[in-house]
Amino acid sequence: MIAALIIVFREVIEAGLIVGIVLAATTGVPGRGRAVTMGVVAGVLGACLVAGFAGELANLFQGSGQELFNASILLLAVGMLTWHNVWMASHGREMARELKAAGHQVRSGERTLTALSVVVGVAVLREGSEVVLFLYGIAAQGGTSAAAMVAGGGMGLIAGAAVSALMYFGLLTIPAGKLFQVTSGLITLLAAGMAAQAVIFLQNGGWLEFFTNTVWDTSWLIRDDSITGKLLHTLIGYSQAPNGAQLIAYGATIGMIVILMRLVNAPQPSKHRSVQA
Amino acid sequence: MKKCLAFLLLIAAAMVAAPALADAPITVHLKNHKFSPSVIKVKANKPSMIILYNDDDSADEFDSSSLKIERVVPGHNKANIRVRALAPGKYPFMGEFHAATAQGVVIAE
Repeated sequence: MIAALIIVFREVIEAGLIVGIVLAATTGVPGRGRAVTMGVVAGVLGACLVAGFAGELANLFQGSGQELFNASILLLAVGMLTWHNVWMASHGREMARELKAAGHQVRSGERTLTALSVVVGVAVLREGSEVVLFLYGIAAQGGTSAAAMVAGGGMGLIAGAAVSALMYFGLLTIPAGKLFQVTSGLITLLAAGMAAQAVIFLQNGGWLEFFTNTVWDTSWLIRDDSITGKLLHTLIGYSQAPNGAQLIAYGATIGMIVILMRLVNAPQPSKHRSVQA
Repeated sequence: MKKCLAFLLLIAAAMVAAPALADAPITVHLKNHKFSPSVIKVKANKPSMIILYNDDDSADEFDSSSLKIERVVPGHNKANIRVRALAPGKYPFMGEFHAATAQGVVIAE
């Protein structure tokens, strides 16, 4: 039961932190609840589909279908996060003004809701398909231990959702004038981490074969498979032993987003701390 | 968006030059949520391939943070798992869905 709790918890916080950031980034935008809900529902349905056809998916592209699929949806999310940030760079100031003025309605933010809805869908799909496969395997075995495991899974879901809610309400304590700057920074790091993860999948699929040497190793400090490691991995793309291609993708994504945000001639976002890839 | 394009080009370029594997693939079975063999020896500094047969009814995930691999393998299915060129050392892995019993290690030497 504890094992089930931990597995589900880990997958749920990974998706949940992303949902929390997206909700904070769309504070005051009408229709955001619907957009996020649609993203979650589409993600859950997609997760069931992916879980159901996991074997078929894996056998595509000479056995590397799963890797290519994961890399593709991650890069799709990177694109959507980039679009959101660039759009916010040109409209963020007026949004912050509207938000402070009176309206909990920020009309100007509706445009990028679709992009963020896709990001939520991708996050839920990726983590959800593992949860579905895991719980299905347990349920298929039947028996009393199965019931305990499903109960553990349920608790993991609740605990994961609670951490995500903490993230969201924590972000909301930031004053309205600074909120969008902070969420822009978070989204930049989120995108960079996803790009670095996509590189790993491409390497595992056999499509990227250069700069695969480990650049540094901080597994003595924070291990990837610890809860802290998982949290940092989701939030800033932490990796205990990043290789060259991962670091290049991480840096290039941050560079691309920052440059695009400047190009649209906007008030500068807060300093982007490039923590670690 | 530009990023996606750049990556697609990168993928296309890398696909043209797919490198050959150094040695024959290593076959591993997962049965009753245990790996056999659970100790896998590979040559250091050369990429290798593990063909994992999941002989159980339920899915599992071949998971290793040190190998940087997460690969879902449905029940009664197989997976070709690429292992990058490894520096000499031990690289533990597990079946994440049954981590109590599904444990193993890749030794590069």
